[in-house]
Amino acid sequence: MSSDNDGGGTTTLELALAWGFVGIPLLWGVYGTLVNALKLFQ
Amino acid sequence: MALSFLDKKHSIAPPGYSRWLIPPAALCVHLCIGQAYAFSVFNLPMTKLLGITQSTPDDWKLTDLGWIFSLGIFFLGVSAALLGRWVEEGGPRQAMFTAALCWSGGFVLSAIGVYIHNLWVIYFGYGILGGFGLGIGYISPVSTLIKWFPDRPGMATGMAIMGFGGGAMIASPLSVWLMSVFSTPTHIGVAKTFVVLGLIYAFFMLVGSAIVRVPAPGWKPEGYVPPKQAGKLITVNDVYVYQALKTPQFWLIWWVLCLNVTAGIGVLGQASAMSQEMFPGRVTAVAAGGFVGLLSLFNMAGRFFWASTSDLIGRKNTYFVFFVLGFVLYALVPYFGGHGNLPLFILCFLIIISMYGGGFSTVPAYLKDMFGTRYVGAIHGWLITAWSAAGVFGPVLVNYIRQYQIDSGVPKAQAYNVTMYIMAGLLVIGFIANFLIRAVDDRHHMALETVDEAVGVA
Repeated sequence: MSSDNDGGGTTTLELALAWGFVGIPLLWGVYGTLVNALKLFQ
Repeated sequence: MALSFLDKKHSIAPPGYSRWLIPPAALCVHLCIGQAYAFSVFNLPMTKLLGITQSTPDDWKLTDLGWIFSLGIFFLGVSAALLGRWVEEGGPRQAMFTAALCWSGGFVLSAIGVYIHNLWVIYFGYGILGGFGLGIGYISPVSTLIKWFPDRPGMATGMAIMGFGGGAMIASPLSVWLMSVFSTPTHIGVAKTFVVLGLIYAFFMLVGSAIVRVPAPGWKPEGYVPPKQAGKLITVNDVYVYQALKTPQFWLIWWVLCLNVTAGIGVLGQASAMSQEMFPGRVTAVAAGGFVGLLSLFNMAGRFFWASTSDLIGRKNTYFVFFVLGFVLYALVPYFGGHGNLPLFILCFLIIISMYGGGFSTVPAYLKDMFGTRYVGAIHGWLITAWSAAGVFGPVLVNYIRQYQIDSGVPKAQAYNVTMYIMAGLLVIGFIANFLIRAVDDRHHMALETVDEAVGVA
């Protein structure tokens, strides 16, 4: 069996929601760490 | 049965299910359990639970609190090793669900421990129950990702294990903020913070458990042609988990991981003090905090970058890069420190720490190449014991050698030089272990009927 999993049953909205669900907190954490890291160069 | 939806057979993906939903499902778990690296933010507040503004004689000591994290990491290794086969055969949904209950339950129990001021409850809650959540959660998505991404297994596991590195970046500021919100003149806010974190983590991990699917039998990505014959170091056969433990390849990879992690973990724990002592007057405590933050970012990014790179250049070559480049960089650190070259000192450690993270994320695909996909999660579980061992070796090496140097009259700025050379030496041993890795002998491979019997379908 072979299928193209980039379409069909899963919608783009579902993909966006799933990635946003984990991506937004991760980006928030990365941003905070980056701001903290900049103190090294001040 | 009420919980039958957790079974592997009930989590088989329907046609058209996108494999790109699996990495976020895995990240739901790894971002949560990555909190373990941020547990230290609770250490100081937990020494003042009774005194509130300062510690009283009845308050807990830092040395007693240190055992909470150590127990958690110890039981991570124990549970990953002992429950790896159960995780593999029961499927990722059941494992993620169990991990969610253990991890969030550990926080709730710890909240009770704080509330009644009983440290043993926290040892059991976060240390043992939470440790089981850590171990089960860590290995739960590994083999599923490899099965969904047979064309890019390194990249897939790299994405999930990157989440473990990123989890602390979320947990640390979130915990500090929650404690400030719940803090009152009579309470420091730790118990309520634990409860809220437990609820948040339960929600995230259960969402991951709901999203995750295993591919249908025979599924393969569009355009992907599985190799019919084994490559030089990529098998098309499977090795049973307990048979894998009898192969020299498993133990060589164990040492490869252990030595790579040992070299990185000692530095990670001492980065703040090391940068200040090697550059006195130039690196302040605040700047050192920034250095630690930068290391965390490269630790996380390295997990994705190096694991993805391993799909292109091979796992063995990726570890060769770690050991050769790591050796050169560790050997250069004392030189740059001695010459006051701060930018190159920082650059060395950023690359070193990226390879530390890369070591974690590349190893599942290395195991898959050597032992096949069927039991890769369970075998990975046993390999995690190398991490537990390195967690002891690394910090002990750095701390004791530094202290010995200072006691021998070596200036603080040079007290880390010997440590760096020893780390470089460890990487030479890792290089040799990696060099000795060959394809697994045919006698260790599972016969087809054995495969069916092992998974209970015979």
